[in-house]
Amino acid sequence: MTKTLESGIHIRIQRTKGWAGLRLRELWAYRDLFWILAWRDVKLRYKQTALGVTWVILQPILTSGIFAVIFGVLAKLPSDDSPYLLFAFAGTLPWTLFAQSLQRAGSSLVSGRELISKVYFPRLVLPIASSFSVLVDFFVGLATLGVLLLIYQTPFTWNLLALPGLVLVNLLISVGVSFWISAFSVHYRDFIYALPFLVQAWMYASPVAYSSSIVPEQWKALYALNPMVGVIEGFRWALLGQGEFSWLSFAVSLSVSIVIFISGAMVFRRIERGFADVI
Amino acid sequence: MSKLAIHIENISKVYRIDATTGGAVARTLQDDLVNLARKPLRRGAATTRKQEIWALKDVSFDIAEGEVIGLIGRNGAGKSTLLKVLSRITEPSAGHIDLYGRVGALLEVGTGFHTELTGRENIYLSGAILGMRKSEIDRKFDQIVEFSGVEAYIDTPVKRYSSGMGVRLAFAVAAHLDPEILLVDEVLAVGDAAFQKKSLGKMSEVAESGRTVVFVSHNMGAIKNLCTRAVLLEGGQAVADGDVDSVVQQYLVNASEKGEWHTNIAERSDRKGNGAIRFTGFELRSPQGDLVDAAVSGEPVDFVLHYQRSEVDIQNITILLWLRDAFTKGMLRLGTDLTGQDFSVLPEKGELICHVPRFPLRAGRYYLDFGADIGTVKADRLIRAVTLDVIDGDYYGSGKIPTHSNDGDVLCEHSWNLGANG
Repeated sequence: MTKTLESGIHIRIQRTKGWAGLRLRELWAYRDLFWILAWRDVKLRYKQTALGVTWVILQPILTSGIFAVIFGVLAKLPSDDSPYLLFAFAGTLPWTLFAQSLQRAGSSLVSGRELISKVYFPRLVLPIASSFSVLVDFFVGLATLGVLLLIYQTPFTWNLLALPGLVLVNLLISVGVSFWISAFSVHYRDFIYALPFLVQAWMYASPVAYSSSIVPEQWKALYALNPMVGVIEGFRWALLGQGEFSWLSFAVSLSVSIVIFISGAMVFRRIERGFADVI
Repeated sequence: MSKLAIHIENISKVYRIDATTGGAVARTLQDDLVNLARKPLRRGAATTRKQEIWALKDVSFDIAEGEVIGLIGRNGAGKSTLLKVLSRITEPSAGHIDLYGRVGALLEVGTGFHTELTGRENIYLSGAILGMRKSEIDRKFDQIVEFSGVEAYIDTPVKRYSSGMGVRLAFAVAAHLDPEILLVDEVLAVGDAAFQKKSLGKMSEVAESGRTVVFVSHNMGAIKNLCTRAVLLEGGQAVADGDVDSVVQQYLVNASEKGEWHTNIAERSDRKGNGAIRFTGFELRSPQGDLVDAAVSGEPVDFVLHYQRSEVDIQNITILLWLRDAFTKGMLRLGTDLTGQDFSVLPEKGELICHVPRFPLRAGRYYLDFGADIGTVKADRLIRAVTLDVIDGDYYGSGKIPTHSNDGDVLCEHSWNLGANG
């Protein structure tokens, strides 16, 4: 074995003051780690439940079914010409990716305590990995929806081509908010208790169970600032062929999520310095 | 002059401890919101009761490429903190460090291991956490498995491994990290003697290949074997730096002068007894005869008492050792009367060794009292003769130890069975 000691690496360790850079290059160097961590989470999740994949398929169907009964059948809300089950499913899908990311990210640092106090790696890897680990569930859900679309004989349209872009924005928001959540959950130990309420409130502020067409006109502008609004509407347009694609609402979603992502990463990097001492 | 590998300049690290709870500051959102609401009502009255603890203070030294350096010092002297700063787990409060080369840190064997996953999966997980690329792990996979010696079980979940196998696999991954600068903290305190020997061997191999090693240990024998240079930390400051023999010597002597470690036992005047036998010194040794400065739970340790005898013809000698906690509560009493041994024929001076095969107390700081009796007459009694630090070890061989402060201080061998009666 030949060893070259001339790697030319130079690392300067000192106290970072104020806002630190994101060190994206270093994050990139550790890209294998977040795949491996995400893969570990997925593997453990499917190993530990006897039902495994069945749960992942059943959960969104049951949730959408409940929405369809309560909002569609009982409250008779409009579903914009699609069966309410499909309509709700197409909203639940991106929403679950978002909500699950938040939940996992909230506990990712606390459950990765042992790692944080024993090894150095860019801490941003942990919330990113937890969002990626939800992606597998998301694709299983997407496949389930595909089957439902066939059953309901809903035609597939060229709109489907926009789906990868929508998934990317969905992921961007999820990871961005996860940065905020995970940083706060280490800094404030009781934040984890506030999280479920936050997620629930956010869900009702997004067109998951209902159509955004019922939102009063004067609130529309404010409503659209919620980046999940554009994403969920985009999903319905792509999968069910509903309505018109709104470039404006997509652009708003994209810009807001970029802001959340960058600010979240900055806050995370700022708070991260004390992690090993507090955790 | 060879090239510089690590340059440490005026490194300080301060921890803020909450004086009211005695723990590190864990904030709650509730507290901060309440404080924020109260802020306008409070005029300058500082209600913070935070205490500052300097774990490191103005530490500076350079390490040349290829040097193998030992960090020594008592528990709490700042060794582990310095290692954590060097490995970038925590940031220094002041000063800076320049590292030239790829750094690998081995602060604990098995970091990131997950017992539900198989050996193969854990190699990838642990390797990636330690900073290896997947392609690098692919390349070294066979070597790692071979070094660990668990080939047959590589696709078995780690929870079915014996603890020795788990440790071997974890060490194998870390040993193949190939860093240019290797930071090692007391890894040798875990595992059986054979494994310790193997990991020491691997470390000297690393050292001989011209890489830089920073090694923290309580085992002065291991430090002397591996290192060429040592830095002594005391109260967060580097107080000595030089060739390993003289610094280790200074550490042991220094501590004795401070009355902390090897109390200068011969000169203590606050003793009781007629002086027919007097204790003159103390050492803590591993059974291999290496000087150590702490006992490890579950590991063998020798308490070595130096004595001097002034009367010629003495019979019925009893030698006693008490281990007490900080509140002077007795934890253990070790004595020649209990083992039924009689050392009637004692040379005029020498050492008495009390061997404990598996040290049964949990990590913490204890105090030793010494006693020598002749018949029922006290010959020598020393209260709080020395301080004894105990560090956690794998007492049960399962890799698990009680963790709660209320779990008791004593470890005890035991096993569980299902009874025959239904």
